[in-house]
Amino acid sequence: MSYLADVAALTRKDLRVELRARDTLPAMLLFVLSTLVVFHFALPEGAGDDAAYGLLWVAIVFTALLGLARAWVPEQEHGVLDGLVLAPCDRSAIWLGKTLATLAFLLAAQVVAIPAFVLFFAPLDATALAGVLLANVGICAVGSLMAAMAAAGRARELLLPLLLLPLAIPLVVGGMGAAISPDGGRFLLFLALYDAVFAVLSWASFEYVVTE
Amino acid sequence: MGVALVLALLVAPEDADQGISQRIFYIHVPIALTAYFCFGLGAWKALMLLWRGDSRYDLESYVAVHQGTIFGALTLITGSIWAKASWGVWWTWSSNQLVLFLVLFLFYCAYFMLRFSIEPGPRRERSSAVYALFGVVLIPVSFLAIRLAEDFIHPTVFTREGPQMTGTMFAAFCVSWAAVTLLAYVLYRVELLGKRLDVDLRELREALQ
Repeated sequence: MSYLADVAALTRKDLRVELRARDTLPAMLLFVLSTLVVFHFALPEGAGDDAAYGLLWVAIVFTALLGLARAWVPEQEHGVLDGLVLAPCDRSAIWLGKTLATLAFLLAAQVVAIPAFVLFFAPLDATALAGVLLANVGICAVGSLMAAMAAAGRARELLLPLLLLPLAIPLVVGGMGAAISPDGGRFLLFLALYDAVFAVLSWASFEYVVTE
Repeated sequence: MGVALVLALLVAPEDADQGISQRIFYIHVPIALTAYFCFGLGAWKALMLLWRGDSRYDLESYVAVHQGTIFGALTLITGSIWAKASWGVWWTWSSNQLVLFLVLFLFYCAYFMLRFSIEPGPRRERSSAVYALFGVVLIPVSFLAIRLAEDFIHPTVFTREGPQMTGTMFAAFCVSWAAVTLLAYVLYRVELLGKRLDVDLRELREALQ
């Protein structure tokens, strides 16, 4: 029980920092909306819905990257991470707290972005939405670990997309399949499998990444 | 290696369908298998590093991944040549293996970026090890993803009958495979030796100062 309490406390801390400083979420919202507008002009007339779904996935991945690049910045700037690592809680709780907070930001951005996408481009059915939700989990789980790794390096803003994009390719495949394939259930299953495998792996390996 | 080349180029019978271009198969496939093997070895050493905490494994894991990336790049090049010879294009997204190698190549290039941007020390060793472990998990997941992606990217799957391997062809293939594995092993030892010498030299120099 205390593990869950730790995770909840850490998530609450991140959400509260964001509520006070407001530097990540507004940026994500503005970014995803401007991306959609750019895509309108990048997409030739009559390109069809399928191409638009592809662009939605590009927008989602890049918005998540934007949020993740900021994920550990407050910790780095104020030396909080050292304190958290020393705190008497399981280190993986730090990862889980960060993942949940990032997931909350991403979902909040999508609450605006998805209706905007439907309005501007093409309708989304329930399978496609389920695909978006499952992919969110995967990208936040892997992304918060990769962001912690990148934060230790020199050019951390530069490093994170390089680390994360190859890992995000299967998520884009699953999400696209859920959106446009007639047999979307298979792709949802694949996304769930990805989430399970990589969440367990990130959960188990986070401790090694942050301890000195 | 020489024997393998002779076998592959001269002894093995030509494929009726693809002719001379099929001979690259004896180089391409062993290189690809060796690259997988190197990535696997790198991840295994990474796991040992995380488990035992012995920094000796760091260099071994790095060198294995390095060799894997070199062989992966060679796979992309030979695969591309083969694609040009037998399908008439340099690149085709319908060849699962090639796409998988492209994804892996990008992934392992990022491994080097990660490694070179962190200061040497236990944190770098562990971060690289974790990333190398993610790599071997990514191989089957990406493979599955690419297979699934065929569904919507290529509605008509473009299949090619694999060449029926006769006895000599199979023997030539096995010899090539053994030769490439041996080559990879020798390169691995040489690079490891060089890197270790480097580390020792640096330590000596620091001790002298």
